[in-house]
Amino acid sequence: MSAMATATPQGHIEVENFSLSYETIDGLVDAVTNTHIHVKPGEFVSIVGPSGCGKSTFLNAVAGFLKPTTGTITVDGERVSGPSAERGMVFQQYSLFPWKTVRENVEFGLKMRGMPRSQRERAARTLLGLAGLEAFEKHYPEKLSGGMKQRVGIVRALATGPKVLLLDEPFGALDAQTRVIMQQILTNMWQRLKISVLFVTHDIDEAIFLSDRVYCMTARPGSIKAEIPIPLERPRQQSVMMSSEFLALRRGLMSLIREESLKAMGGEINDLGMQGLNIELHGHSLVEVL
Amino acid sequence: MPAAAAVTESMSAPVTAPTAPPSFGAPAGRWYRLNQNRLRATAIGVISLAAFLLVWHLLTTYRVVFFVRFTNVPSPLAVYASFTKAIHDPKFLLHILLSCRRIFIGFSLAAIVGVPLGLIMGRFKLVHEAVFPVAEVLRPIPAIAWVPMAIMLWPTNEQSIVFITFLGSFFPILVNTLHGMSLVDPVLVRAAQCLGARERSIFREVYFPASLPHIFTGLTIGMGVAWVSLIAAEMISGQYGIGYFTWEAYSLVQYADIALGMIAIGVLGLGSSLLIRGAGQLVMPWRAK
Ligand SMILES: Nc1ncnc2c1ncn2[C@@H]1O[C@H](COP(=O)(O)OP(=O)(O)O)[C@@H](O)[C@H]1O
Ligand SMILES: [Mg+2]
Repeated sequence: MSAMATATPQGHIEVENFSLSYETIDGLVDAVTNTHIHVKPGEFVSIVGPSGCGKSTFLNAVAGFLKPTTGTITVDGERVSGPSAERGMVFQQYSLFPWKTVRENVEFGLKMRGMPRSQRERAARTLLGLAGLEAFEKHYPEKLSGGMKQRVGIVRALATGPKVLLLDEPFGALDAQTRVIMQQILTNMWQRLKISVLFVTHDIDEAIFLSDRVYCMTARPGSIKAEIPIPLERPRQQSVMMSSEFLALRRGLMSLIREESLKAMGGEINDLGMQGLNIELHGHSLVEVL
Repeated sequence: MPAAAAVTESMSAPVTAPTAPPSFGAPAGRWYRLNQNRLRATAIGVISLAAFLLVWHLLTTYRVVFFVRFTNVPSPLAVYASFTKAIHDPKFLLHILLSCRRIFIGFSLAAIVGVPLGLIMGRFKLVHEAVFPVAEVLRPIPAIAWVPMAIMLWPTNEQSIVFITFLGSFFPILVNTLHGMSLVDPVLVRAAQCLGARERSIFREVYFPASLPHIFTGLTIGMGVAWVSLIAAEMISGQYGIGYFTWEAYSLVQYADIALGMIAIGVLGLGSSLLIRGAGQLVMPWRAK
């Protein structure tokens, strides 16, 4: 904890002219094209977009798991060339090590760094305490609820004191109530640690509630369509989601996303199908209309 | 907020049904309810074993001939009599001891070679590409078919029998380890990488533990095949061992000893697979129920 608190705010992410194509049997598939984003030190930034638009691809490239086809990704001026403990990652599928207890999971990054056992045990306990998980330190992940697993996932990613935290739809598999609690826990931790966060989601409310800024991504091939600052005051309470300010932001983002979702589905359904979404059937069967 | 978290996420302790009448004293009643299924299984198991012995007894005392001939088959009592004699016979104990030693050496070698080879093949494509074809060609050959070759290859009978045992358990261990490696969740590897793990640590902390369940499946199957191969090899080329004992009993018309040998083999096989299961539970506490 102390190591993380004393770190000077860092974690300036700069992505320029990024694109990434997958090579498949049918040729190159452009997943993300021509994307520019930045995250300032200590900023909380979300990327929203319809599913399949390349959000995970993009985040995996920032994490260093995928190489950009064009463009550059830098963190504090240093080019990303592979995964590193500087960029912590939280996965939608939790991805805890099933063979390690909760505490051992949290200790993992510290162990990799060569920290002696007693020291890292103490650090892990402190962190688990912050997440309200001290009672579960000896449990194996399998026995935990989804929300607890993801809290462990977040704590594990934060334990090494990364400059940047990357989250790929971390709450996507949780029920609505748990998700709200998790959002508050994440906000609390972020405000304490003051690290940069890049958060990927398809949930507009979540993006607005959490973020300082939201990037809206287009349907595949993904690129940034809009950048929306979220001027809501912090600390934010749940009630902010009822405010007119929030609802206005939501409406704006919603229409952007809706356009993109229609485009994305149009690719699957074909043009007629896309028009069909707007056709009034007036009692005729769909077959007749077509 | 923490209160809410506790409500939505607290682990539900297995509470016994409140409707159950407290007919026993509370702790005894609860113990009974929680273990009801296990108690029933044990009771039925004991009954079915007793029924088996009874049928065996009846078939042999009345020397039933009905497609199969029970004329010369020893009765359970005769087998028990030869068992009480055998446990005081140092020669019988030597047979068992030697068989166990062969299993121990052959199986241990198979595990010591098979598991690391499988792990390395699973991690390094080149090794996989080089070793896999050879393994695939040799694998379908039953260990018993190796007996003549083994006798030629090894200077002593003892060594060739151990070799056969080794071969029998080697391939199941190798193949299952490989299978385990191929199923390792790549997201867990990524999780380790972005926590600062390098190749060696990933191997030790992710690939190996992730493959352990399949490694133990391989060890269990390998142990079974090791016994099959050992007994066959002992029957063909041994001078000692429980397989040889069983075959010799037939040659010497010691019918009770045939059944005794068979039962001894069954018990030893069961014991060794229990040992492996126990080891598995020790090594993989996270899979304990
Ligand atoms: N390994 C891959 N090979 C080929 N295509 C892929 C691969 N991974 C993802 N894609 C494609 O790239 C697009 C973006 O995927 P992804 O980044 O997972 O989107 P998102 O996370 O926004 O749902 C999808 O259309 C997907 O089919
Ligand atoms: Mg995704």
